[in-house]
Amino acid sequence: MSQPYTLRLAAAAGPRAATFATALVLGLLLLLPLAHWALPAGHALHVSAYTLTLVGKILCYAVVALAMDLVWGYTGLLSLGHGLFFALGGYGMGMYLMRQIGRDGNYQSELPDFMVFLDWHSLPWFWQGTEHFAWAMLLVVLVPGLLALVFGWLAFRSRIKGVYFSIMTQALTFAAMLLFFRNETGFGGNNGFTDFKRILGYGIAEPATRALLFTATVLLLGAALWGGQRLVRSKFGRILTAIRDAESRLMFCGYNPLYYKLTIWVVSAVLCALAGALYVPQVGIINPGEMSPANSIEIAIWVALGGRGTLIGPVLGAGLVNGAKSWFTVAFPEYWLFFLGFLFIAATLALPNGVLGLFGKKGDRA
Amino acid sequence: MNANTAEARQASQRGTAGGLSRPLEDTLDTRHGAILYLDDVTVSFDGFRALNKLTLDIGVGELRCVIGPNGAGKTTMMDVITGKTRPDSGSVFFGQTIDLTRHAEPEIAQLGIGRKFQKPTVFEAMSVQENLELALAGDKSVRASLMARLTGAARTRIDELLVTIRLADLRQRPAGLLSHGQKQWLEIGMLLAQEPRLLLLDEPVAGMTDAETEKTAELLCSLRGRHSMMVVEHDMDFVGQIAQKVTVLAEGRVLAEGSLAQVQADERVIEVYLGR
Repeated sequence: MSQPYTLRLAAAAGPRAATFATALVLGLLLLLPLAHWALPAGHALHVSAYTLTLVGKILCYAVVALAMDLVWGYTGLLSLGHGLFFALGGYGMGMYLMRQIGRDGNYQSELPDFMVFLDWHSLPWFWQGTEHFAWAMLLVVLVPGLLALVFGWLAFRSRIKGVYFSIMTQALTFAAMLLFFRNETGFGGNNGFTDFKRILGYGIAEPATRALLFTATVLLLGAALWGGQRLVRSKFGRILTAIRDAESRLMFCGYNPLYYKLTIWVVSAVLCALAGALYVPQVGIINPGEMSPANSIEIAIWVALGGRGTLIGPVLGAGLVNGAKSWFTVAFPEYWLFFLGFLFIAATLALPNGVLGLFGKKGDRA
Repeated sequence: MNANTAEARQASQRGTAGGLSRPLEDTLDTRHGAILYLDDVTVSFDGFRALNKLTLDIGVGELRCVIGPNGAGKTTMMDVITGKTRPDSGSVFFGQTIDLTRHAEPEIAQLGIGRKFQKPTVFEAMSVQENLELALAGDKSVRASLMARLTGAARTRIDELLVTIRLADLRQRPAGLLSHGQKQWLEIGMLLAQEPRLLLLDEPVAGMTDAETEKTAELLCSLRGRHSMMVVEHDMDFVGQIAQKVTVLAEGRVLAEGSLAQVQADERVIEVYLGR
């Protein structure tokens, strides 16, 4: 059973080559929006809006997978509620996009359509200021960040670990989903937000806008990879793996795991939220379905498939699963979930270290 | 106050003479010669008294062995000292003034109490050297960890420790690949890296070969005087090699105390522990 030549080559080339390859791929991805925006529709190298949106969406998921890996792969905290932070970031951006519709909605009102439909006459207090981009972006970061801080503080202070922690995170996202499904909550109920028209005054479906949103997503992913790399290679990162491997030893070395867990937990939540905020204008919709427990579980599958405890692995995992998903749901729509289940079982049995485990030893924390 | 600081300085000089690189806690008051007092400590789990009015003290620089049958409360006692378990009643003092029952595990470690677990526990994904680096005394806050760089002094200290624990040739090896005995040594090295005043060692030679046990005995004897130590062990030969004073625990309290020969001759000890 010899490995394919290219894989052995990659393993021999080591981490520097991996960094180079990553930078190359990110660089190539930056050409996509250019090919969408600058080339005419008939051109052989033109990238369609559909493709650009699809890839942009997957890149947002890749950031989420990376964020998940920081808490699961490195710190050993399996969150089954990370979709919540992603969705909250998305809702923050969504509020701004709803306000940008202005009077161009179906009811020609200053209020978002769903509020007119509910016969509301003024904006609820938490919608105040959301017409300002900067305030909305602050909400994107602060709301998920504070939620993560409070939840994490309570959970980690009580030393809730393992499967109990996973169940609590799952319950949290489920509760939030039920809350957001209610019309009275003030976020459009089960329809959520859609029919966006503009962002920062520019048409949201215009090629230049799409190109810029896509570029921002690539840059976010690049920054997350770079920052994540620095983080996990620092002493802080080694303490995270120490929490994963022997938390009591770490405590008796004089470290308080609470603050380390809390820090990485909040960083991860905010990263998810940023990905969510870039996802919504590209995909054009956000609804409580994003908070469904199944979504959060799927995030864990991307990470497990790609390779826990590596940074590139989860990014690849998100790309592979979602790439397969977009093909499968078109070609064999009924069988997608079976395939996803099969993928997870096969990965667990055959690739315990994920796809990246094929490339070399586990210690290769690229 | 003056007398107090003078005493503290004296105590800290005793410590630094032992090769410690950081000044010892000036607040640790060991005027009466004892570093650890347990007084009337009781711990119950669902009505079972794991510790029953246990009273015990350890002197500065002493190497104390604690023996006792299974369920005598040895590990519970260590849990109480290190803050893992809160006693139902009684007091636990580190030096004259620090009430350990008011502190959490990381704080107690920072105060200068190191603990080795029964099962060797090291960070398996990291190299031997990284394990020691993480354990080194210093600022253990999140902020410090984000900025941390390995200083020359720290490198020197790690080199010294690697020699002490006989792992100098294996410094780059992932700790998960070490033998059982080597992991035990690494863990002891990590405790020493913390520069503790008091070391608690739970069965340090469990699962070691005879040669490894002998080397461990040498190591612990060489630390005598520099650190106060409490060793829980079942291996009587090993206890014989290192012990000055032995405490026998049974049913959560001290049954006998004295030299190994004395306790081995004690009728009550023979009855509950040595048997036959």
